[in-house]
Amino acid sequence: MPKFEPVLSRNWNDPEILSVKRYESKGGYAASRKALTTMSPDQVVDLVKASELRGRGGAGFPTGLKWSFLPKDRKETFMCVNGDESEPATFNNRYLVEKDPHQFIEGILIGCFATRASTAYVYLRFEYIKAIKILEQAIAEARAAGHLGKNIYGSGFDLEIWCHRGAGAYICGEETGLIESLEGKRGWPRIKPPFPAIEGAFRKPTVVNNIETLACVPHIVERGADWFKSMGTPKSYGPKLYTISGQVNKQVCVELPLGVTTNQLIEEHGGGVWKGRKAKAAIPGGISMGLLTKDEFDVPLDFEEIRKTGCLGLGTAAVTVLDETTRIIDYLYNTSRFFAHESCGQCTPCREGTGWLYKTIKRIRDGGGRIEDLDLMNHLANNMGITPGTTICGLADGAAWPIKNAIAKYRPELEQFIRENVNPAARIAPVQEAISAGRSPLPSNTSMFVPGIGIAKSATS
Amino acid sequence: MTPTTLPTPRMIPDSLRQKIESYVPRYPNKKAVTLPALHMVHSHFRCVPYQAMKEIAEILEITPAEVADTMSFYGFFPQAPLGDVRVWICRSISCMLRGGDELLEHACKNLNIEPGQTTADGKLTVEFAECLGICDHAPAALSDDGRVFGPLDESSLQKMLDDLRKGPIPLEEL
Ligand SMILES: Cc1cc2nc3c(=O)[nH]c(=O)nc-3n(C[C@H](O)[C@H](O)[C@H](O)COP(=O)(O)O)c2cc1C
Ligand code: SF4
Ligand code: FES
Repeated sequence: MPKFEPVLSRNWNDPEILSVKRYESKGGYAASRKALTTMSPDQVVDLVKASELRGRGGAGFPTGLKWSFLPKDRKETFMCVNGDESEPATFNNRYLVEKDPHQFIEGILIGCFATRASTAYVYLRFEYIKAIKILEQAIAEARAAGHLGKNIYGSGFDLEIWCHRGAGAYICGEETGLIESLEGKRGWPRIKPPFPAIEGAFRKPTVVNNIETLACVPHIVERGADWFKSMGTPKSYGPKLYTISGQVNKQVCVELPLGVTTNQLIEEHGGGVWKGRKAKAAIPGGISMGLLTKDEFDVPLDFEEIRKTGCLGLGTAAVTVLDETTRIIDYLYNTSRFFAHESCGQCTPCREGTGWLYKTIKRIRDGGGRIEDLDLMNHLANNMGITPGTTICGLADGAAWPIKNAIAKYRPELEQFIRENVNPAARIAPVQEAISAGRSPLPSNTSMFVPGIGIAKSATS
Repeated sequence: MTPTTLPTPRMIPDSLRQKIESYVPRYPNKKAVTLPALHMVHSHFRCVPYQAMKEIAEILEITPAEVADTMSFYGFFPQAPLGDVRVWICRSISCMLRGGDELLEHACKNLNIEPGQTTADGKLTVEFAECLGICDHAPAALSDDGRVFGPLDESSLQKMLDDLRKGPIPLEEL
């Protein structure tokens, strides 16, 4: 394989690249010019299809295919660029906007031309204060230089890009939550179908793509689909920005061909596990994915192989390393707290489920756990999400996955923790204990209906 | 006798109103300007009181309840001003693995407040946050003027709190 040459991050060491002049002088906006003046929109879609580019936002959906779902007879199309980037440990979109905004704008331009969208909204989380400032400046410069606006390059194609700031909600990264938020409502995901390609923003056909996905597009137009497919592993092609954080020496964002391993990332880019310790496990791509045990560190981090380890997928390729001293219960405490905080509250299995999981894990961690809590949590986790078909969006799947995955992979450690950490004050109340044991919590000679048990009589009768 | 309603004095100045209106052409309908309008009002007053919600509703031709509904969904907009500077200390995974939860506790103890509260002198509000997208700085914190802090330890945390209490820095200096 030829030596890997970074493309997405090639300008990151050049602070001048924020100006449109500098970006143009390095060959920037040549791909957009090529697409708009020598290709038809359908040719661009076909090219992206041929490259087998898959979405970088988490689900890995083929981008060209998504674009081809738009109705042929549509009058108006919107592009929503997903820069909500809230999956814990993920920060590659921030690098792309802060360090080379024009590459990303060029990607939006080509993506909009291909999908015939004349308005693009870039939804950026409000915490990216510096990135928003840089992007707004870059959009203004690109417009002044004729890369945006009316009749771009004389092609007859018009495009405006607007920056839309979020307000601190993870769920607004879910594509239909994003659309609702854009429309000025609370970020409650919509029931699908209809998918956004048919009925999205303002009830019009809409494409939602991640920032990194679009940043790949100019390079595909410039160098071709074969070049793109020369990198990566089967069904996972192209360059990818991996982030490494947590208990490593160096927390960085690096561009590598899809399919590197966790070991490579830790050793070659993360400077090894911190404090001279050994690794215990790693999260492969944001906390929704579950854990890779250290024995799985040689599995390629791509869209296909990683699923065979029982992880949900590659997710955002945000690798978080846990060292040998970190307890799985603390990791679960953290992930369950996150999802309980971020559930939008629309679906009962998710709203109540994330809360219950968090409370149960907290109780175990405080020393009030019972071995059967693990089965209870598994049961609950198996019944919330799109996969079992009980919720509107995938947040619930992401909340359940770390639980199911940890119980499958680390049950002995969790059981040992429960046995060795006993704090009577943290145990569940006698009433709850009685109910869960199928006994009545009531005084003698009374009975009541207890869900799941039926008519329960007092223990003595 | 006909009841007279006292006109409530307007709170959103004309210049801000025009700025909000200038966003209307960006979207197919006015309601979509709700979030931008909330941000603009918030950066002007550092909060969004009910009177401002009513005026946003009037500008965007929607009901105040719709504005309140949207606004209250997000964690960002207070109805009364918080400290001169808000700082978010991250408690998500990569920061937690490097001591983020303890730093939050430490900061609050040090300032004699609970997470979400403002110091008695009104200078600083400390809040927890889920991942701020600055995990390369974990354990990290972000102030609402855009400054990024981290990797923090107890002493750099102390320095951060001291710096923040000197007040916000302008956006140009970022
Ligand atoms: C709970 C949840 C949160 C999500 N957050 C993000 C996000 O922050 N950024 C993102 O690009 N995609 C996020 N996604 C995925 C989007 O729904 C969508 O699939 C993606 O933006 C499509 O872009 P792509 O095809 O270019 O990857 C999230 C999905 C879910 C279920
Ligand atoms: S699954 Fe959870 S986050 Fe998604 S819509 Fe339902 S309640 Fe909201
Ligand atoms: S986990 Fe703390 S900033 Fe991302």
